[in-house]
Amino acid sequence: MKQSFRLLIVAFVLFLSSAMAQVNDLTIWWAEWDPANYLQQLVNDYEADTGIKVNVVQEPWGSYYDKVAAEWAAKGGGFDLVVGDSQWIGQGVTEGHYVNLTDFMNENNITDTVTEATLKYYGEYPGGSGQYYAYPTEGDANGWAYRKDLFENPDEMAAFKEKYGYDLAVPETWAQLRDIAEFFTRPDDGLYGVGVYTQVDYDAITMGFENVFFSYGADWKDADNNVIGVVNSDAAVQALELYKELYDFSPPGTTNAFFAEMNDLFINGQAAMIMNYFAFFPALDNSEINKYRDVTGYFPMPKGPTGERYAALGGQGISVNSYASDERKQAALDFIKWFAQKDVQANWAALGGYTCNKEVLQSDAFLTQTPYNAAFAETMNFVKDFWNIPEFGQLLEPSQRYLHSYVVGGEGTAQEAMDGMAFEMDEILINAGVIKE
Amino acid sequence: MIKSPSKRRQLSDRNIILLFILPTMIILVLMNIYPLFYSLYLSFTDYSVISSVAPKWVGFQNYQTILSDTRFWKHFAITGQYTIITVALQMLIGFGLALLIKEKFWGSGIITTLILVPMMLSPVVVGLFWRLMYHPSYGIVNYLIGFRNINTAPEWLGSPTLALWAIIIVDVWMWSPFVMLLSLAGLSAIPDYLYEAAAIDRAGSWFIFRRITLPQVMPLLLIAVLFRTIEALKQFDLVMGITGGGPGDATETVSVRLYREAFQGQFDTGLSSALAYIVLIVIIAISNLYIRQLNKVREG
Repeated sequence: MKQSFRLLIVAFVLFLSSAMAQVNDLTIWWAEWDPANYLQQLVNDYEADTGIKVNVVQEPWGSYYDKVAAEWAAKGGGFDLVVGDSQWIGQGVTEGHYVNLTDFMNENNITDTVTEATLKYYGEYPGGSGQYYAYPTEGDANGWAYRKDLFENPDEMAAFKEKYGYDLAVPETWAQLRDIAEFFTRPDDGLYGVGVYTQVDYDAITMGFENVFFSYGADWKDADNNVIGVVNSDAAVQALELYKELYDFSPPGTTNAFFAEMNDLFINGQAAMIMNYFAFFPALDNSEINKYRDVTGYFPMPKGPTGERYAALGGQGISVNSYASDERKQAALDFIKWFAQKDVQANWAALGGYTCNKEVLQSDAFLTQTPYNAAFAETMNFVKDFWNIPEFGQLLEPSQRYLHSYVVGGEGTAQEAMDGMAFEMDEILINAGVIKE
Repeated sequence: MIKSPSKRRQLSDRNIILLFILPTMIILVLMNIYPLFYSLYLSFTDYSVISSVAPKWVGFQNYQTILSDTRFWKHFAITGQYTIITVALQMLIGFGLALLIKEKFWGSGIITTLILVPMMLSPVVVGLFWRLMYHPSYGIVNYLIGFRNINTAPEWLGSPTLALWAIIIVDVWMWSPFVMLLSLAGLSAIPDYLYEAAAIDRAGSWFIFRRITLPQVMPLLLIAVLFRTIEALKQFDLVMGITGGGPGDATETVSVRLYREAFQGQFDTGLSSALAYIVLIVIIAISNLYIRQLNKVREG
């Protein structure tokens, strides 16, 4: 009797532990915006296929990083997967918050399915190490929207050709973009050439400037992480001078402008061209919001003086929480494996998500799905990002301050701004041990 | 069986007092005292709230970093300039308004209420509205001061010199009514016989104002100065709502810098705690000076 009672208890404990080990649900944390809603729609298919319910928990952008960082500090298991900003990866890796996905991604041939640039900036840390910690999920970068009715107006075309000596068309170089911006700047008509990011609060003006900065051949660091002579190189100074000129061709009052203000300028007919993240272009493709919808065109970043072309990276990759249990980690990996499949990525793109899958990006279905998808697909091959080491926030601060002081406040010269930025960044990097004295 | 009174369970007076006071004390300790002392401890450490690394004791290093950094002094200078100008203007305008509307006239009640409206609004909402009003294209401010041509109109929020004034104007608009309210309370408390005696002695208006009105209202004016100085030294929401600290850092007050250090990608909890304590010490020191002056006025 005693023997059978013991066996019964052992059986019950085994049953209980196996039931506990089975993962019936997964939690993904992401910022509160449309792509997160699309993901929630997409993962319903995953539940139908596997029985595992996936919840996409959304947090407003303003407090998203704080929430994730607090969970990391507590080594908590509030989420199994997190769709983290590209700049977080350094902290996620060096502080041990992200699971190393290298073997998993290589074994499942996932690394070859996404564009090189997105894998590098969303997934790899340190850069060039071949170690991956995130699967590129929501690709995003800066592009341009423009008024086709202005660009294709015969009178405007003739006047432009007369003034600049070449045809008015989608700009292929930053110099051409500058000319077009100047040409359409007509304050008396309430029309300005261009809208560019200027917001000082977080990272907007830096992201806007990066488009010119990288394309002019400048960079935030050299191979040894040095910044003196790099951040304040001649190319960087020229890039800043051009960005300042573009700001001078933008509508008055855009002293602290980011994505919402860019779309507003366009919708109100104040700007002939605006820069913005592709993720915010769907609003311009809605005739209820944008009265110029039918005459709105989109183009990728133009080239710099040497033919180089880069776009500032936005977007995020999905990572596995290293504080989750082994069973949940495995379930999270299984989810990424499912999510990375080409047909799932095609569905993701069809819902409105910005896939990083190479084949889907080149498919006709994707390229013709929206008027901006072709520009997006092209852009995702030449994206570049800011620093992604744990000190990125400290590095961002002088960048924002010096750029805004010069571009918006008109203080000092471009050389002084870049010099000041370089020296402050150098000090931060020395203190962080990134640069050895 | 009825228990004898001595055997009944009764709460002593002391226990009743404790019962009433303890919940408040517990809340006070948990919500105020503990965070106050814990943040004081953190100000002497190298610590980031988002890091899993425990605070590391660094002594006065955070304070040294702040006090030896010219940028921090720039923020203190901006905050000082902002405080002096806003408080001075609020005193002048608030007290002036109080003198104007202390006499009852037709519609004075409605006018007083309307004047008080700005201080009842949320600073964030006020900041956003004024940002639109300062807009060079469609804002009403440039229109009212005569700049009708957009090409020559000043860009209030894009100019390093005008941006601070833009915030000062909003703060003065918002909080002068508060000074007016306190001044009105002081003015209405002045006994009529003082004015009657002055009239019998044929005292002039300026003499009456200088020798009767001002000294009588002074204690309340000093309280207004104290409150407004403390608030101005902590100014954060209007700055964030109107300029975000820009252009560059031309309007970055100490509180905005504190916010950037404590959050916004940096999360330097140790340094920001030290900065918060420096601000606290400055506010306590200035408040003490005012309170001493207030006591002198009361005694004298």
